[in-house]
Amino acid sequence: MTRIIDRRFDSKKKSAVNRQRFMRRFKQQIRRAVNEAIQDRSIRDLDNGEQITIPSKDLSEPQFQHGRGGIWEQVFSGNDQFASGDLINRPPSGGGGGRGQGKASNEGEGEDDFAFHLSREEFLDIFFDDLALPNLVRTQLARITDYKTQRAGFTSDGTPANINIVRSMRGALGRRLALGSPFSARLRELQKELEKVIEESGEDCEEALQLKDEIGRLRAKIDAIPFIDSFDLRYNNRIRVPKPTTQAVMFCVMDVSGSMDEEKKATAKRFFMLLYLFLTRTYEQIDVVFIRHHTVAKEVDEDEFFHSRESGGTVVSSALKLMHEVVTERYAQGSWNIYGAQASDGDNWDNDSPICRELLGAQILPWCQYFAYIEITPGEPQNLWREYEKLSGEHKNFAMQRIEEPADIYPVFRELFKKTLV
Amino acid sequence: MKRASAKKPKQLPATSEWTFEAIDAYHTEIARVAANFHLDAYPAQIELITSEQMMDAYASVGMPVNYHHWSFGKHFLSTEKSYRRGQMGLAYEIVINSNPCIAYLMEENTLTMQALVIAHAAYGHNSFFKGNYLFRTWTNADAIIDYLVFARNYIAQCEERHGEEEVELLLDSCHALMNLGVDRYKRPPKLSLAKEKLRQAERTEYLQSQVNELWRTLPVHDTKPGKVAAPRFPPEPEENLLYFVEKHAPLLEPWQREVVRIVRKIAQYFFPQRQTQVMNEGWACFWHYTLLNTLYDEGLLADSFMLEFLQSHTNVVYQPSYNERWYSGINPYALGFAMWQDIKRICEDPTEEDRAWFPDIAGSDWRETFDFAMKNFKDESFVAQYLSPKVMRDFRMFAILDDEHEPKLRVSAIHDELGYRRVREILSDQYNLGSREPNIQVWNVDLRGDRSLTLRHQQYRKRPLGGNIDEVMKHMARLWGFTVRLESQHEDGSVELVQETRLEKRRGQSEN
Repeated sequence: MTRIIDRRFDSKKKSAVNRQRFMRRFKQQIRRAVNEAIQDRSIRDLDNGEQITIPSKDLSEPQFQHGRGGIWEQVFSGNDQFASGDLINRPPSGGGGGRGQGKASNEGEGEDDFAFHLSREEFLDIFFDDLALPNLVRTQLARITDYKTQRAGFTSDGTPANINIVRSMRGALGRRLALGSPFSARLRELQKELEKVIEESGEDCEEALQLKDEIGRLRAKIDAIPFIDSFDLRYNNRIRVPKPTTQAVMFCVMDVSGSMDEEKKATAKRFFMLLYLFLTRTYEQIDVVFIRHHTVAKEVDEDEFFHSRESGGTVVSSALKLMHEVVTERYAQGSWNIYGAQASDGDNWDNDSPICRELLGAQILPWCQYFAYIEITPGEPQNLWREYEKLSGEHKNFAMQRIEEPADIYPVFRELFKKTLV
Repeated sequence: MKRASAKKPKQLPATSEWTFEAIDAYHTEIARVAANFHLDAYPAQIELITSEQMMDAYASVGMPVNYHHWSFGKHFLSTEKSYRRGQMGLAYEIVINSNPCIAYLMEENTLTMQALVIAHAAYGHNSFFKGNYLFRTWTNADAIIDYLVFARNYIAQCEERHGEEEVELLLDSCHALMNLGVDRYKRPPKLSLAKEKLRQAERTEYLQSQVNELWRTLPVHDTKPGKVAAPRFPPEPEENLLYFVEKHAPLLEPWQREVVRIVRKIAQYFFPQRQTQVMNEGWACFWHYTLLNTLYDEGLLADSFMLEFLQSHTNVVYQPSYNERWYSGINPYALGFAMWQDIKRICEDPTEEDRAWFPDIAGSDWRETFDFAMKNFKDESFVAQYLSPKVMRDFRMFAILDDEHEPKLRVSAIHDELGYRRVREILSDQYNLGSREPNIQVWNVDLRGDRSLTLRHQQYRKRPLGGNIDEVMKHMARLWGFTVRLESQHEDGSVELVQETRLEKRRGQSEN
């Protein structure tokens, strides 16, 4: 018999495995495409997936086919002008104009790129792959900065303010009932007996008086059971549970002096972006503070940060000072995870570099989860680099790297943030 | 006189939203009419699915179960992309040649479309699968789902044991040769899950021992070396490349042979579909058209239903002209539908011309003629046998000869007295497998020497080999394990070496 089956609620995503296989197989190509896509994004534009294009030749499934050439004789439909034996000029190359399936379809594909959509998650996964900030997991687990209290049943001791009256009274009632029960049983017996005696021999007989006496004693005993006792008391129990911090602030510090050209800034942007991307994976809310500096530092918005051009000398310490001010002013250490990323070409006013080192070591690093410095310069390390080098041994949350050209960015980033889980 | 008393039959629901009850009602009626026409089909199993599930089904070549492979993921992505962008509608239905015959209906369809699809797939295609000799010979509807389950589990097992990557590379190679992995002339043994499982271990053992025998390192020395011409191996050229690899590739592990076999079996299963597209689609269109019209004549269908149905039917069987932008060859639906309609016409109402061209079927019982034609032909022979001058005229067919040595294209025949036979011949040849795909066979294995394998391509009408020869040859070499050569034999008999892919692979060494 015929069956009609509703399969609509069966497992969807039957192809999910195949999709994963596809992604794994073309990881190289996809990763390259992702890296290209980053260039056109704002560093905070992370809510979208990405349209990815990879050259279709890379993922062709080869087959033997008839090639062009030789003799093809095919039937077409819709004759409106031809008679047997007519000669026709060949259509211009490209095979358009109604060539049959045999050839045209061979060419139609081929050159095209294969485009598909990566979800945001897939996009980021590829972006991050096996990256993680140093000490990250450990920090997250160990560094508890915020608590919230929540109820956790009742306890038998606590502050009077926390007494739970209903619970306490219920306990007291139970206790009274339990302690009094032998007496009350006896009391009931005696009362019955008393009634009987009174009926038989009147109110004032010896027996009745005796019974009344006893009843009176029992009543007194029952009354002596305390109405409430200290161990009846129950207190609301509240415990403090650690609340992981879900917010972070990221400082982007960049040198915009004359020696930083557009190319270097682009490199720096990619670096900041990578850091930002990573942080969004870990924190719910992220503030980004852009500080640019030449001889004086200034907090600016993203657009100005990357696109305006300044000139003049360089005093790096000005930026670090500003960063410190902003931290103390706005990002009290308790509730914010602070990350710093500094990009520079390393060219600093000579006397300033030691100041930078001190500032960083004494005032900034202790507050920071992580501070990374990249020096974008093709030549010799500059004086700032040499000063910072002295720091890198002492502070585990400080890292520095040199980048010579944009192509180095990705490996450098990995180097900086490679997993160092303990 | 009875008319007044005859009860007016109750009309089937004519809403555009479907319900399970409505589908059931339509199905019951369609089944009844189909039975009146003596349509012999497998029991139908109608499954309602979402568009996403439809895309899943697309990706695994329409099968409800299949093994995992990245190429299916790729197809899914490209289908999904074009569907989401609205560049392409999904097929209204997918039907699986199995017993019971599974027809997928998409939930987005209107009730009319669902009825159309039931008639088209669950009765049209289904009866074709059951009747046509190619399907009867090459596929086993009872066992295919079981076999696919077996294949998926087996391949999953291999992935566990030998690593996904290794299995994937092997499947890549097999897929590249899939079209050449079918028997065209031999009759295949039937597939059955129980037998497969039972015999698989046996076969594994046996094959391995055979191979070892074949490649024994100490050759039996001829007593008179050089005098006797070395016997050729294989003695006859082998058309089924994957079969040859499975049986004779020296270095494959037993599990690898089994995987080759699975791909080959699945290719074989789809083989008849490639050869009967015009007939099969035409047949299904003919029957949905006929069945629904019969229901309409009985008064069961509303006019609004018929209008929607006819509109989509007309779209399906539309044949654009060669100079229209969306022309992409002869539409198999259009041609098939026209031909079946025409055969019915010839049977019922033949003209003089028909009597001259089709003396044996003109005026015969159309149901019998249909049965015979459906059962015993494939596209190539069906067109050669039944394409009538009327259909050629209706389509205004003309043939164009494109010879690369001529400066111009030539119209070799058109739909006129002189050209009918020629046009029919050319169209039939277009559906000939040899003209659709290059003919490549295993020609020789150098048994005494470097174990290299030679493939020979028989040129068809001087057409050179195309496609990514280099890549396919690498895949062939990976499977074979030694050097593989590809020769091309021209029509004048001369042979030319097209490609040589050298490979010296040792056991345990993976080659890329």
